[in-house]
Amino acid sequence: MSDAITLTGPYKTAEAKGKTRSLRTLVSIRRYASPLVLVCLWQVACSLGFLSTRLVASPLQIVVTGWTLVRDGTLPFNLGVSLLRAGSGLGLAITLGVALALISGLSRIGEDVVDAPLQILRTLPALALVPLYILWFGIGETPKILLVAVGAMFPIYLNLHKGIRSIDPKLVEMASTLGLSRWQTIRDVFLPGALPDFLTGLRYAVGVSWLMLVVAEQVNAESGIGHMMMDAQDFLRTDIILVGLLVYGVLGLMSDQIVRFLENTLLAWRPDGRKGRSA
Amino acid sequence: MTHTHSHSDPHPGTAVIVEQLTRRFNNGPPVLDGLDLAIAPGEFVALLGHSGSGKSTLLRTLAGLDPVTDGAVTRPREVSVVFQEHRLLPWKRVWKNIVLGQEDKGIRQRAEAVLEEVGLSHRSNAWPLTLSGGEAQRAALARALVREPAFLMLDEPFAALDALTRLKMQQLVADLWKKHGCAVLLVTHDVDEALLLADRAVVLERGRIRVDVPITIPRPRRHSDPGFEGLRSLLLDALGVHAA
Ligand SMILES: Nc1ncnc2c1ncn2[C@@H]1O[C@H](COP(=O)(O)OP(=O)(O)OP(=O)(O)O)[C@@H](O)[C@H]1O
Ligand SMILES: [Mg+2]
Repeated sequence: MSDAITLTGPYKTAEAKGKTRSLRTLVSIRRYASPLVLVCLWQVACSLGFLSTRLVASPLQIVVTGWTLVRDGTLPFNLGVSLLRAGSGLGLAITLGVALALISGLSRIGEDVVDAPLQILRTLPALALVPLYILWFGIGETPKILLVAVGAMFPIYLNLHKGIRSIDPKLVEMASTLGLSRWQTIRDVFLPGALPDFLTGLRYAVGVSWLMLVVAEQVNAESGIGHMMMDAQDFLRTDIILVGLLVYGVLGLMSDQIVRFLENTLLAWRPDGRKGRSA
Repeated sequence: MTHTHSHSDPHPGTAVIVEQLTRRFNNGPPVLDGLDLAIAPGEFVALLGHSGSGKSTLLRTLAGLDPVTDGAVTRPREVSVVFQEHRLLPWKRVWKNIVLGQEDKGIRQRAEAVLEEVGLSHRSNAWPLTLSGGEAQRAALARALVREPAFLMLDEPFAALDALTRLKMQQLVADLWKKHGCAVLLVTHDVDEALLLADRAVVLERGRIRVDVPITIPRPRRHSDPGFEGLRSLLLDALGVHAA
């Protein structure tokens, strides 16, 4: 019996329960301990002058600057501008991506017309379009929103298209024996069946949106978090740059949580083991 | 009401008529070759045959999933199919799957009533992926019955179930058939299942119905019925399996 294994849940006996609980606390402490220690070391290094504030601001300084930026309205204003850009771009990306994926996923002609050009376009790095955008649209809001939209559209389109195409044909057949109309089949079979893939696409699209936004705002902008950071660079304000980074981090984390929440509510029909599989 | 593909002359007193049906795939040899079959209203017919003999092909044609290219098929408009896999939509609760495509007010009640019939009321609100194999097949049966079909097609509906569940399901089908009185075409590999349920067993071979035997054993039937023995060896012979 040397190659036998025992699979147990976390809650077995009272004794084992106590053991696993202390183990879990230990694990979570360990997970947070290491970043905390690093931040402390960072602070100490800055205070003792090992790290020049020209290279990197101290954690305390970042907190203070962050608070100042909130108080004088700089951070909320720029954050609002950035959110608006990312939101409009993502909204446009979802609208376009979903429409194109439906056209190419639900009809053969649509696939020929839509899919081939998009598959070619997607191989172009979206960021390489920046110079063209500036030429075409100047430096207003349009190029920034479009950059986000184009970048984020591809993951939406590709995943939803794949989702629609990979619907089990047996289910479609069933729908037809039940006498469902084309519209009912789309509504009850294709769309819900492709939803998991759509949400995977959405998750990627959100990530891409932030990336595009960072670039758009750092290349040419009069406002936004990216602009705030570029501005700070001119004055060697590493503290402001780091506040910007922190904001990007929090935004990324939050949008990921939102998509995850959507997945858990909309895909409640999936058995527990598969939930958040793509996390 | 009858539904005619390429032939108009519904014979009275017949639910399903297949005449000279020929079907080939990609210009290969015919899978169905001038097949004739008639099923009376309320008649229970078991369709046997080797794997690959064309049973599913015939069923798909009858269900309207495959086109009639050569020959004629007459069948009632209201038909239902149950396949070997349940084919429930995983993203709709069981009761919504039952009444899929129906959009009037009474759907919930109808769904509950038919789920009660197949003994699945307690799972009405469950997600299909949480059903056991037998439960899922019951749900598929309920979905077929809720449409009050005049003709019910079952393509090896119990093949993937364990022996015990299969026995229960056979009993259930017998009861439901008695109650609903629809014509049934049951595709099966199980000679005993055919003998237990059907009025008539037909064997499909080389594209045609080669053997057509009435099963007159009185109902309710049991697997241990003495009348089974002769029919069983007859059908096994027709299938090329020689019982010792
Ligand atoms: N779409 C198709 N394209 C090409 N050949 C097909 C197609 N569908 C079925 N066939 C062929 O037709 C023949 C009959 O298939 P069918 O599925 O009707 O057999 P069956 O009697 O149901 O077999 P089983 O008992 O294994 O389910 C097989 O040789 C199969 O390969
Ligand atoms: Mg088959």
